[in-house]
Amino acid sequence: MNRFAELLDRLVLTPSRNGKLTLLVDYFRTVEDPDRGLALAAITGDLNIAAVKPAMLRTLVTERMDPVLFGYSYDYVGDLAETVSLVWPQTPGHIPNRQPTLGDVVAKLQTASRSDGPKVLAGLLDSAGISARFAIIKLVTGGLRIGVSARLAKQALADFGKVDVAEIEELWHGLTPPYISLFAWLEGKAGKPERTALALFSPVMLSNPVGDGDLEKLDPADYAAEWKWDGIRVQAVCEGGVRRLYSRTGDDVSGAFPDLAQAMNFSAALDGELLVGEPAATGTFSDLQQRLNRKSVTPKIQQQYPAFMRCYDVLQIGGEDLRALPFRERRIRLEAFIRTLDPSRFDLSPLVDFADWPALEELRRAPPHPIIEGVMLKRWDSPYLAGRPKGPWFKWKRDPHTVDAVLMYAQRGHGKRSSFYSDYTFGVWSGPEGAEELVPVGKAYFGFTDEELKQIDKYVRDNTVERFGPVRSVRADRKQGLVLEVAFEGLNRSTRHKSGVAMRFPRISRLRWDKPTAEADRIETLQELLDR
Amino acid sequence: MQQASRAAISHYLDGMRASDLLHPRPEGLYCPPGDFFIDPVRPVNRALITHGHSDHARSGHRSVLATQQTLDIMGLRYGEDFAGTTQAAILGEAMALNDVTVTFHPAGHVLGSAQIAVKHKGKRIVASGDYKRQKDATCAPFEPVQCDVFITEATFGLPVFRHPPDTEEIARLLRSAAQFPERSHLVGAYALGKAQRVMRLLRDAGYDKPIYIHGALAKLSEYYQSRQGIDLGQLEPATVDSGGKQDFTGAIVVGPPSAFADRWARRFPDPISCFASGWMRIRQRAKQGGVELPLIISDHADWDELTATIKETGAGEIWVTHGREEALVRWCELEGIAARPLHLVGYEDEGD
Repeated sequence: MNRFAELLDRLVLTPSRNGKLTLLVDYFRTVEDPDRGLALAAITGDLNIAAVKPAMLRTLVTERMDPVLFGYSYDYVGDLAETVSLVWPQTPGHIPNRQPTLGDVVAKLQTASRSDGPKVLAGLLDSAGISARFAIIKLVTGGLRIGVSARLAKQALADFGKVDVAEIEELWHGLTPPYISLFAWLEGKAGKPERTALALFSPVMLSNPVGDGDLEKLDPADYAAEWKWDGIRVQAVCEGGVRRLYSRTGDDVSGAFPDLAQAMNFSAALDGELLVGEPAATGTFSDLQQRLNRKSVTPKIQQQYPAFMRCYDVLQIGGEDLRALPFRERRIRLEAFIRTLDPSRFDLSPLVDFADWPALEELRRAPPHPIIEGVMLKRWDSPYLAGRPKGPWFKWKRDPHTVDAVLMYAQRGHGKRSSFYSDYTFGVWSGPEGAEELVPVGKAYFGFTDEELKQIDKYVRDNTVERFGPVRSVRADRKQGLVLEVAFEGLNRSTRHKSGVAMRFPRISRLRWDKPTAEADRIETLQELLDR
Repeated sequence: MQQASRAAISHYLDGMRASDLLHPRPEGLYCPPGDFFIDPVRPVNRALITHGHSDHARSGHRSVLATQQTLDIMGLRYGEDFAGTTQAAILGEAMALNDVTVTFHPAGHVLGSAQIAVKHKGKRIVASGDYKRQKDATCAPFEPVQCDVFITEATFGLPVFRHPPDTEEIARLLRSAAQFPERSHLVGAYALGKAQRVMRLLRDAGYDKPIYIHGALAKLSEYYQSRQGIDLGQLEPATVDSGGKQDFTGAIVVGPPSAFADRWARRFPDPISCFASGWMRIRQRAKQGGVELPLIISDHADWDELTATIKETGAGEIWVTHGREEALVRWCELEGIAARPLHLVGYEDEGD
């Protein structure tokens, strides 16, 4: 349990992806079955433990200590799980003979009945040290919140076994905790686990961005073009009555889109984009956002923002694997197959006719719908390959929007950047003439070179107005300040931000040392973008 | 609680109130019959000083009474003329100051730290200064002193503060150093006491590579090594001219916490920032400070040590100072011990 507790503590404070991977790989290497598999399940959200309500936790602890002292403690720490793990009384000098393992803890929690759940939990907390208590409470209150996605955990498994992450993703949904067969394979002690489950995920094919000079080397006649939809890449798989809707990394997202999943009454594996609205009246990205990151989807939301799938490839029909066929032939099969499906839930991503690259460039610049973010190029003769092979598929995105904004706050970075002010909050002008003030519209922490970072860092240190912990406010008024050209992919309405807008994928594209702050953009410029 | 503290103040000790023997003044804790201050924050005529941390030991007093080590440390920090006259107190040896008997006892906080027992007309008050009970190879261990009134610090006076054994924390640091051999580990630790304790713990754990130190630690560490015989092993200045970035690959670097947020830290390759402090018990504190590897190593007593010490002194009355007074006062109330907060100004709440 202590190794798991230490892993959680390290992961939550380690900002860098590589650092997290190292910690996870190390854990998988040094911890035995079944504990490592249970830890993996806890991280990927595949561990089933009956949840304990915060109120119950509070009751348990105040039965054991003075409620006033608990109150002082909770006020200071601010997090219930952490407070309880720290103040839980332990008999002085009493060290349990043997601290429970993660396996012991999970077994006890999973077999506890509803009524003796609290007693079992209290017994576990009595037997554990501070860090282990915290980990136990995190397991029973649900949601570890350690900044590790299922995807990252799978990447760590791949690193651990020196295999491609696509292989893990392909197997994942056929496996269950504590993943003994998976670890045995990754350690080279057993063969690769068989794919016995139905409707498994197939790793998706990804594209490369069109780089400078790429197109000159390509013959337009070799490529088909499609619009690039700014939805969610999904893979719809139905096999032997099992229906699964996967994200591009192989997470099962069927639960979030029951309306679409319900319409999946076929036997095939389709690749496409999940969008919101109806095929004839596709919604915008803001509409799509109404369906994202929801735990449960009410019928009302499903009705207001129905999900459908715009298909652009087919991997398998009726058990026949089509991935080796050239795109041209897969496309013919797809077009025929789509006609058999519910037209309100499945449609075809149309091909875009073009004569040559300049003609396609025209189309790319002026797409017919706001949810189109560019064009895709696919070689007519390309098979469906997992990963991101260079050559067969290209994405050619619309140019980003830009805005001139004023630097308002800077925050110290992490890791390599911990001595630099590297996270920037910027704003644009609002309010009547003569009484303009800056409203923050976004935050960006990349897009600049190392040299530019040094310059901004110096500027921040030299022009600090106030400090709030790791954040400094920087002088920014009509006369003085630093103008940043910010590039972004799109704009959403936001009720959370004072400015009413939220940028997608903002980054610093240029430092405008030359530009007076008074000439930076106004909020109206952004609002116009919203209304389009 | 107001009632309780008033009751405590009006509690007579054989016709003499404890608060007549010691009470707060703007300059610090004052003893009228002895005419001296303990850890005054402003220049005074006569100062008794518990330990060398700069919020307790200030320069400019006319005369200073402290342990020889504390006097040495003040000299290193402020220069030899930090006070008009100095007198070294020997631990456990009673001294008469006017009508008052004063004795210094080890406090286990940092090298040279002492509690000060003040005795007058048969009544004894012990001012603990800062103290801890965990073992520390760089200073003498705390000795509980029987007294009527115990003045305790309360830096970590909340039940959430429970310091783990320091050896476990150092083991985590060494484990991380092995896990990330291509990075450097920057350990933030206060220049007096904590830094040397961390270095000594590393040595005791078998770490025998050079430890790199920030310039702010040099004089004091040298004093520990050469004049106090506390072996810290090979220490190297963490300066750029001693080498390039690659020289700090895999290194453990110790410096004051403030230095790590500064440009000084840029000389190290992809550093992991560590901070040795009791505050690191609270995850949010670590997260806000950008600390990746919190090391819960404190020179102050944790909650369990505070409450155990209060009981050991046998004191009938507890005065609680700098820190989270209310929780400790509440605990005393539950235990049936008279207690009240003692409001002293000028000490750093954050000091650890």
